[in-house]
Amino acid sequence: MTALTDLTIAGALDGLAKKQFSSKELTQAHVKAVEAARNLNAFVTETPDKALAMAAASDARRAKGDAGLLEGVPLAIKDLFCTEGVLTTAGSHILDGFKPAYESTVTANLWKAGAVMLGKVNMDEFAMGSSNMTSHYGGVNNPWTRRGDNRPLVPGGSSGGSAAAVAARIALGATGTDTGGSIRQPAAFTGIVGIKPTYGRCSRWGIVAFASSLDQAGPMTRTVEDAAIMLQAMAGHDPKDSTSVNAPVPDYRKALSGDIKGLKVGIPKEYRLDGMAPEIDKLWAEGVEWLKRAGAQIVDISLPHTKYALPTYYIIAPAEASSNLARYDGVRFGLRVPGESLDEQYENTRAAGFGKEVRRRILIGTYVLSAGYYDAYYLKAQKVRALIANDFTEAFKKVDIILTPSTPSAAFAAGEKMDDPIAMYLNDVFTVTVNLAGLPGISVPAGLSADGLPLGLQLIGKAFDEETVLKVGHVLEKSAGFTARPGSPS
Amino acid sequence: MPLDRKAVAHIATLARIKVPESDLDLMAKELDAIIHWVEQLGEVDTSKVEPMTGAVRVTLPRRKDEITDGNCRDKILANAPEQAHGFFLVPKVVE
Repeated sequence: MTALTDLTIAGALDGLAKKQFSSKELTQAHVKAVEAARNLNAFVTETPDKALAMAAASDARRAKGDAGLLEGVPLAIKDLFCTEGVLTTAGSHILDGFKPAYESTVTANLWKAGAVMLGKVNMDEFAMGSSNMTSHYGGVNNPWTRRGDNRPLVPGGSSGGSAAAVAARIALGATGTDTGGSIRQPAAFTGIVGIKPTYGRCSRWGIVAFASSLDQAGPMTRTVEDAAIMLQAMAGHDPKDSTSVNAPVPDYRKALSGDIKGLKVGIPKEYRLDGMAPEIDKLWAEGVEWLKRAGAQIVDISLPHTKYALPTYYIIAPAEASSNLARYDGVRFGLRVPGESLDEQYENTRAAGFGKEVRRRILIGTYVLSAGYYDAYYLKAQKVRALIANDFTEAFKKVDIILTPSTPSAAFAAGEKMDDPIAMYLNDVFTVTVNLAGLPGISVPAGLSADGLPLGLQLIGKAFDEETVLKVGHVLEKSAGFTARPGSPS
Repeated sequence: MPLDRKAVAHIATLARIKVPESDLDLMAKELDAIIHWVEQLGEVDTSKVEPMTGAVRVTLPRRKDEITDGNCRDKILANAPEQAHGFFLVPKVVE
């Protein structure tokens, strides 16, 4: 039998249903794997006792014939989701010791479906980063290394701990959040699947807020089928999030029919960047070929405002962040650094509690929202955002789905790109448009770079059409036949 | 206004983040580079465009105006760095 940690979620559910093993055994195997992989620094908080107690409760439910959608499946939770009574840090010093008195809706949905929590995984501070290097708890190592080169690489970010845990087979799946690419870029860097659902598909309630008009939670898994199963459990209307959509959640697993005959796939010419790595271009061309062979029709499209997406994002996201992060005042929770006055206490607490990148973004956000600059920057960005969203609306009159690369490069070394914030921001060039338009996007592992590192392809769908995104993602996955694993000769 | 050390000191005060004098110049340089980079949006004609204020254009749902939560003072105070008599404790603000 396959090692319990090598199973997919679908495979684990099957084995549990057939009583080949219990959730307790499955969870125990993962708890041991988590302990053995501490060198990755993927976890901020391990919760082995809680995991085993949840597994025992799950086994009892299953014995009574009362099995949920994820009954007995051990998962890792990004440390941005509030978990009742369990330390929640958002990767920041300023949330020192914060144990929420409530559970986020998405994690509550997962527990209701029977899932088991292994612990809380590392991330860029407040989800601001593309490398996991901005975490107060230190960077995460990518389980992958370049062929013949043992130097540690970043797992991407901000959901870097989630991606590393799933790729290293120490969790069957993980939650992530995606504001500009924070699920899809780390998924691509670690050879796993990550889907950012349509804005409004998953409740944001109880997720530490970064940029509220862009943030969305989604699953990170080793297969598209697993992503479908996990998204099913995470999604749904929540009266506590006024932007969560009140619409039924379709059966995503049923969408994986493999039939994409006649489907129109758009190829946006603006995503072919000057100086893009030839291997990224080659992978994209292969993706086109695979979908063509499966019966899809390829259509050239234009998304003319693509080049303005990153600058738009770097006005809107910091503006929203500067407002959201105003709550960290050293009064109600987390770190407090005393001062002579209340104002000085605020200033000292926030200077000590926020890392460099977070301070930088709060200051940018404060600047673009400040009197005299609001119209020139913030309002302007909101208008360009409308044009970017409209590009997609026009494109989706002609096509059903859009295929692009997930990232402009494979994973880079820890410490690279740290001196130039804009070079780091460029990681999200293919993913950030999707957040601005509020659309669903998936990254599917599709090939290896010349150095033997995973590369991903991205599919972008119409709003609330995760079914087509998953269906085509499933076809890509089958065609790519990506079987490489970290640490194995390829 | 170029993002110089004076401007950085001003927005740092607005954002309630202490920035040491010695960091102001470097920070001004970094932030100014980012602002300069986002200014390329100026090329885009947006004279006939309505600003997009959210990812989805929906009217916000309404619900009955009734109390649905509350009576959880101790839960709210549980994470306070300092508290006394059921209140958050802060430095004196009124002389």
